Amino acid sequence: MAAHSEQVDKATLWGGNRSPFSLTYGKQMMWYFLVSDALTFGGLLTAYGFARHQAPSWPVAEQIFRAFPLLNGDYPLMYVALMTFILIVSSVTMVLAVEAGHRLDKSGVIKWLFATVIGGAIFVGSQAWEWSHFIHGSHHGAFEISDGLTGHGGEMATIQVTEADDHGAPIKYGYMSTASGVLVEGAEADALVRSKIADDEVINGANLTENEYGPVQYANYFFFITGFHGFHVFSGVIINLIVLLQVVRGAYDKRGHFEMVEKVGLYWHFVDLVWVFVFTFFYLL
Amino acid sequence: MERDDLYINDSYAVAANHDEEHGKVIRKKIWFVTLLLSIITIVEVLVGVMWPKTALEGGGESAAWLMIKLFYIVLTLVKAGYIVLIFMHLGDERRNFKWMILAPYIAFICYLIFIVLTEGSYQGGLQLF
Repeated sequence: MAAHSEQVDKATLWGGNRSPFSLTYGKQMMWYFLVSDALTFGGLLTAYGFARHQAPSWPVAEQIFRAFPLLNGDYPLMYVALMTFILIVSSVTMVLAVEAGHRLDKSGVIKWLFATVIGGAIFVGSQAWEWSHFIHGSHHGAFEISDGLTGHGGEMATIQVTEADDHGAPIKYGYMSTASGVLVEGAEADALVRSKIADDEVINGANLTENEYGPVQYANYFFFITGFHGFHVFSGVIINLIVLLQVVRGAYDKRGHFEMVEKVGLYWHFVDLVWVFVFTFFYLL
Repeated sequence: MERDDLYINDSYAVAANHDEEHGKVIRKKIWFVTLLLSIITIVEVLVGVMWPKTALEGGGESAAWLMIKLFYIVLTLVKAGYIVLIFMHLGDERRNFKWMILAPYIAFICYLIFIVLTEGSYQGGLQLF
């Protein structure tokens, strides 16, 4: 940027009366806020890794998130990848809005900021769809047996019997686990499945107390991390919308700069940045 | 007390404006980064489709999965670097400010990961599951 190539000698720079960073107060404070918010997300993802490390088994995201809206087939992680792409594109339109602002090109700012708002809204909507799908679950469901067995009803009538852990407690969840244990198959499995279905103990989908796909902790972390991020996206869309209306009203024209667009842009890029990490650690790994 | 920083501060924002010619250069850079981020995302998904964890010999414990895991993390950090330094313009700020943001964050996040890794493997008696 033009401003940052400005040469100021050290004595003037640090001598008071001007910012040693050649930045406005608002932009600096936005950066400090983002650092603290990034530490919050860092803490959440680290806690996720901790819980995952402790769990005897953990679901594979590819086996859970494989549906695509309006299509019937099997598309592992495709919709999440599309959502990621949409968020990256909305980050690009935001940086283009900031660039237009630096040229005082008001109509350019309006065009790109509007595109950013639309991209963000599509992302929030997609996340709502993902949540709904995760909460309602697959069509075959799963059930938990009190002595440490979990199994899948319907088409997947195989049951994994897992052994007790080091402390004698039965391992309760064994979704598609390849951990040491006895595999119950055939007629025996079928009888178990039928008895459980008769007892109406089939779990469909996930909530905060039971989870078809594996440990309840997995569902809890899913809801908390993607929910916390989704709330950031939602608030970002609202803030972008407010700034867009301000631009249309001409509120920034008399200031001679569109720095407000740049400040909300920083927040919006941050939201994209967090999703890059959530996508890797929650979906890919 | 009267704030004397407002006028001075505003001049920083005005000084950040640039002309059409400079804008062209910046837009070119933006589209380059866009292409790069898209390619990285596509590669990540393709690797996930071609070598799913469950299809690998040895599953999550295999050396192949370890390599894929490291590959994903490196790509993620590359993406994050481009977003922070180019899209958020941190690379264009004064060096003092850049390190004031990056250094504390890197230090704290390394500490957090270290403490969770070491203490996480140490807590023998705690039953989470």
